[in-house]
Amino acid sequence: MTRLAVARKASREAYKTLFGARAGAMRAMSAEAAPNPDTVPVTVNGQEVHVPKGVTVLYACEQAGVDVPRFCYHHKLSIAGNCRMCLVEVEKSPKPVASCAMPVMPGMNIKTTTDLVKKAREGVMEFLLINHPLDCPICDQGGECELQDQSYIFGSDRSRFTEYKRAVEDKELGPLVKTVMTRCIHCTRCVRFSTEIAGVQDMGITGRGNQAEVGTYISKLLASELSGNVIDLCPVGALTSKPFAFTARSWELEGTPSIDVTDGLGSNIRVDTRGNEVMRIVPRANEEVNEEWISDKARFSYDALKRQRLDRPMVRGSDGKLQETSWEFALDYVAEKLKATEPDAIRAVAGKLCDAESMISLKDMMNKLGASHTTPEGMANVSADVRSSYLFNSNLVGVEDADYVLLIGTNPRTEAPVLNVRLRRAVIAGGATVTSVGPNADLSYPSTHLGDTTATLEEITSGKHAVCEAIKAANNPMVIVGSELLRRADSKILLKKIHAMCDELGVVKGDWNGFNVLHDAGGTVGALDIGFVPGTSASNDVPAKLVYSLGAEEFDAPAGAFIVYQGHHGAQGASKADVILPGAAYTEKTGTYVNTEGRAQVAVASMGPVGQAKEDWRILRALSEFAGVPLPYNTHEQVHRRLAEVAPHFAKLNEVEATLWMNGATYAHEKARKADASIPFKSSVENFFMTDVISKTSATMAKCTEARNEMNA
Amino acid sequence: MPRARALARALARAVDATARVALDGASMRATCARTMTKPNDARAVATARTRARAYSVGQMVHRDVPEDNSTMTWTFEASVRPKVDAILRRYPSNYKRSAMIPLLDLAQQQNKGHLTLAMMNHIADVLEVAPIRVYEVATFYSMFNRQKMGKLHVMVCGTTPCMLRGSREIEKALEEWMGVKKFETTACGTFTLGEMECMGCCVNAPMIAVADYRNGVEGYSYNYYEDLTPQTAVKVCEALKAGKSPRVGSQIRDKAEPIKGLTTLTGDPSGPFSRDLDQIKADVDAAAAAAAAAAAAEKK
Repeated sequence: MTRLAVARKASREAYKTLFGARAGAMRAMSAEAAPNPDTVPVTVNGQEVHVPKGVTVLYACEQAGVDVPRFCYHHKLSIAGNCRMCLVEVEKSPKPVASCAMPVMPGMNIKTTTDLVKKAREGVMEFLLINHPLDCPICDQGGECELQDQSYIFGSDRSRFTEYKRAVEDKELGPLVKTVMTRCIHCTRCVRFSTEIAGVQDMGITGRGNQAEVGTYISKLLASELSGNVIDLCPVGALTSKPFAFTARSWELEGTPSIDVTDGLGSNIRVDTRGNEVMRIVPRANEEVNEEWISDKARFSYDALKRQRLDRPMVRGSDGKLQETSWEFALDYVAEKLKATEPDAIRAVAGKLCDAESMISLKDMMNKLGASHTTPEGMANVSADVRSSYLFNSNLVGVEDADYVLLIGTNPRTEAPVLNVRLRRAVIAGGATVTSVGPNADLSYPSTHLGDTTATLEEITSGKHAVCEAIKAANNPMVIVGSELLRRADSKILLKKIHAMCDELGVVKGDWNGFNVLHDAGGTVGALDIGFVPGTSASNDVPAKLVYSLGAEEFDAPAGAFIVYQGHHGAQGASKADVILPGAAYTEKTGTYVNTEGRAQVAVASMGPVGQAKEDWRILRALSEFAGVPLPYNTHEQVHRRLAEVAPHFAKLNEVEATLWMNGATYAHEKARKADASIPFKSSVENFFMTDVISKTSATMAKCTEARNEMNA
Repeated sequence: MPRARALARALARAVDATARVALDGASMRATCARTMTKPNDARAVATARTRARAYSVGQMVHRDVPEDNSTMTWTFEASVRPKVDAILRRYPSNYKRSAMIPLLDLAQQQNKGHLTLAMMNHIADVLEVAPIRVYEVATFYSMFNRQKMGKLHVMVCGTTPCMLRGSREIEKALEEWMGVKKFETTACGTFTLGEMECMGCCVNAPMIAVADYRNGVEGYSYNYYEDLTPQTAVKVCEALKAGKSPRVGSQIRDKAEPIKGLTTLTGDPSGPFSRDLDQIKADVDAAAAAAAAAAAAEKK
């Protein structure tokens, strides 16, 4: 291995050590923990620090709390060493060294404040600015531009360059990423991201010297579900957000920490608002969940928050048309219906994007009314008795430890693109094998498609398939079950077999639980965690007369049933409703969401609901009052306390509680039957850009769908 | 520059070229006079105008045109395939991409001097890499051409030693003789005049290199012609055009010896000389033989 490769590997190891998931104990390994045989002492600006062997000089500087300017270096990407901004002085070295690529040596004396370093950085900055346009006032990166910030420190106040600046043609990368390539400083972060992280090798540097350009050479849009991340990675304004273009300046925005609900990962996001308007959504770093990435759907579907909103209560009049009404009338009307309907004929359905607070309020109210037929949208058949049966038990970070992954009825690339990054890493860096029973899709890394029928799965679960030996031989085998499988009528039959296989083939062993369910929406796990499933007394014998849809779009409602729709977008669900109670979207309410691994996280409201809409649990609290069954909580804290009462892990936010594996007891009562062989396995996500009511309303997502279809045509 | 003016200028140049019909006996239609760049492409024209300062030729992005677009396919000729295999055999299977530059070169020879998108895609297929990795290499190196070339690519060395010895005049003479500007192709498609950086022939400066694409991969040659004057440079090109094989290498001396004969090391060396190893070996052998004989005599 070359010295650079060693440094890269060591840097990554060190990074894992410090920020990795199981880092709690290791985190103690800091400057004080010396003398450790695996660390080396170095001096940074006179301060001695001990860093792991083989890490880079830049890493050592960071450990010492010394900031080193950089453009091309990014801790999630391979080291390029081409921007030269991170030059530091190392004693006895004849020239300044690029700290991002230089491994530390014991006793190195690193200086970052000397005249030599200052001169070197000023020189690099002067070269970078030679061809960089002076268009900061009209550049969307302005205010959060690394080049702008660093030129304040190292830039000269005048230019010595008297020739023309070069101009580079803009590239067309699709409806999400806007390019102004003249601004590009060739750090190659976007090239490395698309190659290493997203796994779509479309971008590169063409040409050389003054003619070098970052681009795709042929006209090609960035066919990745993660393309928006290059916007964050770009240190200058070469790649910016197309939907956000010219809509706001970064300093006008107020950021609120929130949680993404468009897939089951619960990616940490920051919602940037100006007044009562979401201007953009960017990721927050959370090493254990989304690292630093979010999917394009999470980032760009926000424009739908201003379209087709339900902003006032409505009631279907005698003419069959929905008419505006007052909250008082609407609530009273619904309450009367609730009281008048026999409890067994009431159905409550919770949508995919619901927060746990609203669902517990609905469930509590239903139970108080004597009704117990509550179901999460599309998951009527799922048992919520044992958490380990519906969670991603290996945890998201555990994916990187896996050495064998069997996908069942799922395409992680579209269902959870950010998880797919980890799977890709497990394959490319960890050498894991991925096989799939289900959709035959390009996952952006090598995988083997075994088939898409239940017969193939049954061959595996009965131990007859050739892959069984490989699963048995693996140290950390992993099974990922897609959420579409849970929606099948025969899901329990299949899950019983899969559970038995997990025990048989050692997918669950010791402290490794490789059975995983990948959910595709933000609200599903929360619903299952609070037991938003049909109670023991619930039966389908009495036909539904009243259906209460809490943001659910698809639900069974017999003709003549009274339908209440409480939600934020006027779509499929609302069109069927007799009464519409306008609720809040996920950016407009403080709510708790549980991700697919069972991690409860709170999204803080970044703005108020639109028009007369209200936070969902408040609507239900008011409705319960009207219905004569008042709920015993009046503040968000109290609802949250109620959640923790029902499911204790709600009290431990941002943590994953270990689940108990029942060794096959989960489906013991289920009779062994043959699954429905006529239905092949498929992914729950057919069009990545449009999966829920928000993304289906989004114009940006529609453009993406069109572009993708055009590309595939 | 407005497009109309650009077009007018390109046409003027074409007419100019037509006026020098003497160059090539072939009939020269104005349409044939299209230079390497497409005049209807504003950017291409701009590139052509600044080309005198650019070493690598052409644009760094691909645009679909009828003769080179993403729907086309291309493969190596059957006769070239053994060469492809031989190149691939040089590298371990997990470092297949090391064969990229030799394969691009081979493909360029097969395709009369230039690479198309389909060719780069095919090589990406062969090497099992993403196409962009091939595009990156093909655009980086100035010896890979991505636009149609003349059958003979004449590259004038423009680096300091050659320049001091008169490469500018050679360039001018060739421009005049061919009737084109640097980086352009003659109307008949026989010559492309180019410039190259130092080709390591400074001792015989000034020099030109000529890549001959007339005879496919088998007959491909890449020859240096050294110690030129404007007149001899034109002569070399005339001979090439006539299908003759002008003398390769220096035009006025054997190799790189001084032109006016040896000025140093003219007599026998005066010593000191190194030991004569053969003599030493003979002495040692003789001594050993004598000792053996003496030992044998003693035994008797």
